[in-house]
Amino acid sequence: MRTKKPKLAVWKFASCDGCQLSLLDCEDELLEVVGAVEIAYFLEASKATIAGPYDISLVEGSITTPHDAERIHKIRKVSKYLITIGACATAGGIQALRNFKDVKEFISVVYANPSYIETLNKSTPIADHVFVDFELRGCPINKYQLIEVISAFLNNRKPNIPTYSVCMECKRKGNVCVMVSSGIPCLGPVVQAGCGAICPSYNRGCYGCFGPKETPNVFALTEHFIGLGLKSTDIVRILRNFNSYAEPFRKGSEAYER
Amino acid sequence: MKDKLIKVDYLARVEGEGALYIKVKSGYVVDVKLKIFEPPRFFEAFLRGRNFMEVPDITARICGICPIAYQMSSVHAIENAFDVKVDGILRELRRLIYCGEWIESHALHIFMLHLPDFLGYDDVIQMAKDYPEIVQKALRLKKIGNEIVRIIGGREVHPVNVRVGGFYRAPSKKEIKQIEDDLKWARDFSIEAVKFLAGLEFPEFEQDYEFVALRHPNEYPFNEGRIVSNKGIDIAVSEYDNHFVEEHVPHSNALHSRIVNRGAYFVGPLARFNLNFDKLSDIAKKVSLEVGFKPFCRNPFKSILARAVETVYACDEALRIISIYEEPSKPYVDFTIKPGVGYGCTEAPRGILYHRYKIDEKGLILDAKIVPPTSQNLKMIESDLWKFSATYLNLPEDELTWKCEQAIRNYDPCISCATHFLKVHIERE
Ligand code: SF4
Ligand code: SF4
Repeated sequence: MRTKKPKLAVWKFASCDGCQLSLLDCEDELLEVVGAVEIAYFLEASKATIAGPYDISLVEGSITTPHDAERIHKIRKVSKYLITIGACATAGGIQALRNFKDVKEFISVVYANPSYIETLNKSTPIADHVFVDFELRGCPINKYQLIEVISAFLNNRKPNIPTYSVCMECKRKGNVCVMVSSGIPCLGPVVQAGCGAICPSYNRGCYGCFGPKETPNVFALTEHFIGLGLKSTDIVRILRNFNSYAEPFRKGSEAYER
Repeated sequence: MKDKLIKVDYLARVEGEGALYIKVKSGYVVDVKLKIFEPPRFFEAFLRGRNFMEVPDITARICGICPIAYQMSSVHAIENAFDVKVDGILRELRRLIYCGEWIESHALHIFMLHLPDFLGYDDVIQMAKDYPEIVQKALRLKKIGNEIVRIIGGREVHPVNVRVGGFYRAPSKKEIKQIEDDLKWARDFSIEAVKFLAGLEFPEFEQDYEFVALRHPNEYPFNEGRIVSNKGIDIAVSEYDNHFVEEHVPHSNALHSRIVNRGAYFVGPLARFNLNFDKLSDIAKKVSLEVGFKPFCRNPFKSILARAVETVYACDEALRIISIYEEPSKPYVDFTIKPGVGYGCTEAPRGILYHRYKIDEKGLILDAKIVPPTSQNLKMIESDLWKFSATYLNLPEDELTWKCEQAIRNYDPCISCATHFLKVHIERE
């Protein structure tokens, strides 16, 4: 006998909405996904909301306000599995660039009346606040990986998501390495696969949107960049993108700042 | 009449987070607030010190729904500072990728975010049970838009291929040709959609709006043109800051824009349609006249029709570009970095998106200003809500709330953009 469908919720914190949009971008699979789960909370798509608890919560975005720091605990309480989607939720996102600066200065650049703005000094990933069952990388995430993760959790198995580097995907695709052939700096060797090596296929270096791979040797690569003629300030900038607050990238960039 | 407070704590089917709050006292609307509590993300601040080549990658992250718009305004502003002109097939290729974003974004908004309001459903999933065919076709339309962005840009969200001067790699003729047949289907379906949508019931509501859009002598505007309005604005993009100002209001993390000495204005598909009807393709013009939709339309609920007509146009324009496409010998034009200020304004699916950068001699950004379409529309949305809610005060609470939400969705507001939006509260005292 079939039991009731599992309930899926999608939550948003500081982000660009790109990762939850990936769910709506599954045009061919969307109606099937909707058939397999009950979309219980997904404000970008529906005004109907169904009360928790939820079987799977997908969380997009980083924690940047006192209110959000509280809200994430409430979401954890009503979720059986909590999965973070994207670089914001998993590493603090592009808005974590504030973590290296004084946020007050940032507020005054953008807003005329800083006193109206309530924000934390740092933009932090979800796992800094609550237990996370699985972190899906990417800025944005790859929609096929998202479907894999949802179906893995629905079927109580481990998601099949590689933790090796973009270089592996690049080789498999038969690309000529942009770094070896044209001296273009590329983060591919230290960045986690998942995108299908898009950038090298478009003649440019990887700029790190999937974040650090498992056990990356960031310094070996950045020293190679120095050999290509890059300056320390360039390396700081290259490591400070959408995953700047992920530990290997953060430590790497801080070393070149001194 | 009873006093009441209409509250919607989290507005649905808009991009980003916000709330609506309307207060009614002795039968009069006394307060309307569109609260934006999407947290601020400080893009203008951390663009300082970045290399100009990184800008389109970073600004794309302001919004996952319209990354191409951010990339296009960025590259045009920087090229303006460097005095470079991107012409010929590269310019056409930029129009083509923008067509892809318009088709994808308009399809998403028309069918998945806005149409359920008109037909009385909470979402597209419920709607799909009664209208399976239209939902399936809408998904295919959206996918075709995404396909264009993916082929030229590498992926649908945050494409990687756009750069100052052009592209990192120009797609081959074969890659471009492969979407032609799908696009012909998309154009036919969009025409069908205009006719279907024209049959919807539109609330009677009009205001004397000031519509603002780009206008180009020869084409329906995407990347270039002068900024014009129906009330006398006709300026170069570089003069934007003299005519438009942003204000910081206490209830919102998004800045509100207004026209100097005048006030609220309206940007987006309806503004473009009203100001550029003559520049639509023949097919798009014909179908809109056939359904009786023509300028000057002052009913914001008909924005959904403008979006559909623009979708016909975008498919048609994409087909035109595909038919003349030849792979360029080089994917970008060369240029020299020089210090200066550059201005860019392009037509995002939601309306004009203005960027200004000050750049130093090494190509580092000294100062950035970005004004997204949603910030420009916020004052107008609040003004609509004042007048619109006043005329429907005798409706039951939940119906009034729904109508107000719909009035907001006319603008397809994107709160993620505006904060670089929405709860509804209606309070009756
Ligand atoms: S991770 Fe990237 S794509 Fe996802 S919400 Fe954050 S900025 Fe957008
Ligand atoms: S190659 Fe790198 S930067 Fe490019 S899409 Fe893949 S992970 Fe992101």
